[in-house]
Amino acid sequence: MRVLYSLAIVLALMLLAYTGVEVLPGGRTLFGVVLPWLAFVTFLFFFVAKIVDWAKSPVPFRIPTTCGQENSLPWIKQNKLDCPSTTAGVWGRMFLEIFLFRSLFRNTRAEIHEGPKLVYGSSKYLWLFGLMFHYSFLVIVLRHMRLFTNPVPFFVHALEFGDGFLQVGAPPIYITDLVFLGAVTFLFLRRVVLPAIRYISLPADYFPLFLIFGIGLTGVAMRYFFRVDVISIKTLTHGLVTFQFSAPLESISSLFFVHLFLVTTLMAYFPFSKLMHLGGVFLSPTRNMANNSRMVRHINPWNDPSIKPHSYAAYEDDFREFMVEAGLPVEKELEPKADENAPAASE
Amino acid sequence: MYDKDKIIPGLIVFVGLVTFPLWYGFGGGGKLPVPEKPTNSKECVMPTAEMRTSHMVMLNQWRDDIVRMGGARLGQTADGTQYIRSLQKGCMKCHTSKKKFCDECHTYAAVNPYCWDCHIQPKEAN
Repeated sequence: MRVLYSLAIVLALMLLAYTGVEVLPGGRTLFGVVLPWLAFVTFLFFFVAKIVDWAKSPVPFRIPTTCGQENSLPWIKQNKLDCPSTTAGVWGRMFLEIFLFRSLFRNTRAEIHEGPKLVYGSSKYLWLFGLMFHYSFLVIVLRHMRLFTNPVPFFVHALEFGDGFLQVGAPPIYITDLVFLGAVTFLFLRRVVLPAIRYISLPADYFPLFLIFGIGLTGVAMRYFFRVDVISIKTLTHGLVTFQFSAPLESISSLFFVHLFLVTTLMAYFPFSKLMHLGGVFLSPTRNMANNSRMVRHINPWNDPSIKPHSYAAYEDDFREFMVEAGLPVEKELEPKADENAPAASE
Repeated sequence: MYDKDKIIPGLIVFVGLVTFPLWYGFGGGGKLPVPEKPTNSKECVMPTAEMRTSHMVMLNQWRDDIVRMGGARLGQTADGTQYIRSLQKGCMKCHTSKKKFCDECHTYAAVNPYCWDCHIQPKEAN
């Protein structure tokens, strides 16, 4: 149900763009110029707002996940990457997390065998396909810069060359296109096939997957199956970033507008969704803090300076009589008082 | 806001990266491609719109058909005009200049077809 719901929304979005472009007067300007710009501004503004909002939230405690031996006595070897106690260690940990998804690499799987016997095993599939997905997505986005720059910068040419290296067909097949669609398919199947993952998956998990798959599919369709007029499209897309709106919109296929509208949706949806892990990965306190609470005193930023430290000795001084009366153990006994003992002896 | 010294530079870098096309192309759209139109013929082997989107597929089919399958060298347009299915002897009979025709759009769209890996590139003045 949650799957179908998400799929239905993506299909409805595609249909909306198609009919909007085909039927609506001025639909091409709306879907080709107005909405993409609105979505881009939305993306930029709310992305920054979200990060600023997160940055305003105090993290008063050291909460790094300790994934290895912490810094201890000199003869105990510290795991400097998985439990860093220095800034350099944190940089190393964050680098591996952001560029190589180390926490997914450490993923394990628990299985119960006959016995009953609980067995843990390494499970690298999520890491592998996650890495393939993210890097091919990055290459695809960078490759698209050929449609937004004139003259096209060198790195786009280099990516084009490397990606079309196999020289299969004309226009040549991009390796990343295949990897991308394959990896998204895997990430989707993982959510549907594994019962435990399916149980915790929500429309907010399926929707971005369908949306991104739709973007990939329409893109592939435009390149390999229903070819479109790339020059007219570049006149439009490059016009978008140089504010020259003179593109021959009528000669652009509706399929392109469906593709563009899905990207528009992705941009507008991005800052309000789980996709914000793009910014969030840098701000995750379980990863970006050094585990040094035994070396450095961290003071809670909202402590009231007028409240002075109150030691246990002082506390006991305040309440010693009541504690003795209640039979609680005290570190310092009550001082015997002369006038207290005298009446007790006489009675 | 906490950790301003790291988060604000990070945000500036992020905004700089995602607005790359805006500041890269600031102040002009660049040159639009103007492929040179042939003077000796009015009709191409397929309608113009189709040639614009799919000429590379057609060239690929010609190559596969002729080089690998022993297909015919001659083709016919819709109104019966005969043409040679060949890049250099067919296409370039009308579109004489690679530089003024092919490269115009290919450079604009950052496409580097590998035609001239095998074919000998025609020498052109200028």
